Amino acid sequence: MSKESILAAIRRNQPEARPLPDPPVFNRPGVDVLAHFCQMVHTVGGNVLYARDLESADTLFTHYYPLEKSIASTCPDYPGTVDWAAIAHPLDLETVDLAIVSARLGVAENGAVWVTEADCGHRVLPFIAQHLLIVLDMHQIVPDMHTAYQSIRIDETGFGAFIAGPSKTADIEQALVIGAQGARSLTVLLR
Amino acid sequence: MQHAQKAAHFIADEARTDWHDEALWFVRHKRDLAANSIPEWESLRECASQIKDHTLSNLANYLEQFEANARANGVHVHWAADGAEHNQIVWDILRRHQVKRLVKSKSMLTEECGLNDFLEQQGVEVTDTDLGERIIQLRDEPPSHIVLPAIHLKKEEVGALFHEKLHTEKGVSDPKYLTEAARGHLRARFIAAEAALTGVNFGIAETGGVVVCTNEGNADMGIHLASLQIHSMGLEKLIPRQADLGVFTRLLARSGTGQPVTVYTSHHHRPKPGGEMHIILVDNGRSAHLGRKDFRNGLKCIRCGACMNTCPIYRRSGGHSYGVLIPGPIGSILSPGFDLAKNSDLPFASTLCGSCSDVCPVKIDIHQQLYKWRQIVAQEGELPPVKKWGMAAAGNILASSRRYTFFGKAARIALDKLPRFLVYNSLNTWGKRRELPQAPRESFSEWYQKNKGGKRV
Repeated sequence: MSKESILAAIRRNQPEARPLPDPPVFNRPGVDVLAHFCQMVHTVGGNVLYARDLESADTLFTHYYPLEKSIASTCPDYPGTVDWAAIAHPLDLETVDLAIVSARLGVAENGAVWVTEADCGHRVLPFIAQHLLIVLDMHQIVPDMHTAYQSIRIDETGFGAFIAGPSKTADIEQALVIGAQGARSLTVLLR
Repeated sequence: MQHAQKAAHFIADEARTDWHDEALWFVRHKRDLAANSIPEWESLRECASQIKDHTLSNLANYLEQFEANARANGVHVHWAADGAEHNQIVWDILRRHQVKRLVKSKSMLTEECGLNDFLEQQGVEVTDTDLGERIIQLRDEPPSHIVLPAIHLKKEEVGALFHEKLHTEKGVSDPKYLTEAARGHLRARFIAAEAALTGVNFGIAETGGVVVCTNEGNADMGIHLASLQIHSMGLEKLIPRQADLGVFTRLLARSGTGQPVTVYTSHHHRPKPGGEMHIILVDNGRSAHLGRKDFRNGLKCIRCGACMNTCPIYRRSGGHSYGVLIPGPIGSILSPGFDLAKNSDLPFASTLCGSCSDVCPVKIDIHQQLYKWRQIVAQEGELPPVKKWGMAAAGNILASSRRYTFFGKAARIALDKLPRFLVYNSLNTWGKRRELPQAPRESFSEWYQKNKGGKRV
């Protein structure tokens, strides 16, 4: 182990103490966080639905996801077809067409939502499913990443992620392609 | 071969040079739009710079705090003095778990350590899973950019490569079609892999966790499907607090690609149930660089790539012309610290225009460091003969007003009277691909004397 020699070299070479600034706070008077959030979800390639516009949970599936057969849900209000008791290994989720998970928080400035493993059944679910539906309480939207990190504890669960829109890449000639390795579409269902 | 020679080869194809230049300028433009949409942008940059300054000044304590918190989270922490030790640690972990197939997510650090070659020699199948990285892995070449590894390739070249390696339709180069083909190919690799390895964007001392930022979701697919996860992290990736992520996640993607945030900002703190999680802290020259007063700022880099996208030299010479893993302005100030003799030409691969420093989200004084490296290169006797004697001659002429007046006049006459072949030849690099300006008839000094009747100045 090189730990001691590395730390000794760093102690020898690191500069004299510099101050740590306080985390910045930016007040944004008059900003409509809900409207801004919806706009940014679209900007990052996602969609927004309002639960109040759905006649019933069935409307969600018949109208918006008519072709998706295998649905893995962790939201009791929108039950899926996958029986969680039968999922022994994350690889069993490989055939999921649609994943439905709830998010704790939305961020207006970039359309991201905070999803933890506690809401996923398994960590891989939001990434391996072909399509992703995020259920979010519209009162849980904060203006920016500073307030987002004030509102959560990143080590509360073993894994958590901010997810902003569907998976994408521009690695071939800077042409934007939606649906790289993760979800091909992302919809935020606000209630 | 030196940067200038490789760059000459690159720009020989003029249309392709223009295309490369414009592709990167497009990314730079998107960065401007994203930065300008944030009124507090400049104060964010200043804050990020101060957080990194502070962290570097207290790095040893933060590393110890990070390690203690990670261990308390059930994570195995390793320390590697150099690339060889890093690779050995990875191999020991893989061997213990009898891993035959490893999926990797984009990591410049493992490129730096030469991990892929090493593991392949041990019989491990390594798959890079970021689309751009997979493309260059299949082509068996290094990345040409730290964020856009295949930016030097045209879609037709990717189409031909995929036809050969992934059996896509011949002659088809639609990016959507090619990306879909890669998706299928990589899904099979994710499912078959027994272990996943990623780089790290940020390590948080306060919580002992790591943050990995991607757009494709490849890092998460790999990590969550395999029971064994390994994160290789350069020492300088550390930040003190969870709250500091608020600053850096706002700057990183906006600076790199002009996105408001990366699609996935994943926080890993504990292994999955039944799984194992390792973090390898890698020095490989970083602690030594910390001791170089004029250059330690380079360790603040968060690898966004903005300095490359804006650099007029990078855009017109391509990443491969630098001959080092991290090209562009940031690479040109980091590489001489690792090997001055080998990389002594890189501080000269710049116009010193300062655009790199202007876009840097953590305010690294890149162009000033380039200038300082030039002086060290000269002091250490690493200048090529043309520059060495040229600078000595120029110094001699500029030190004396009589010699300056004489040679100024000689140059004006030469430019005016000499036949072209004597002015535009291989000895005069200033005459390559450009017309020299028309020489004025007289110097300012002569003009002043004539018109103002003053003393000779």
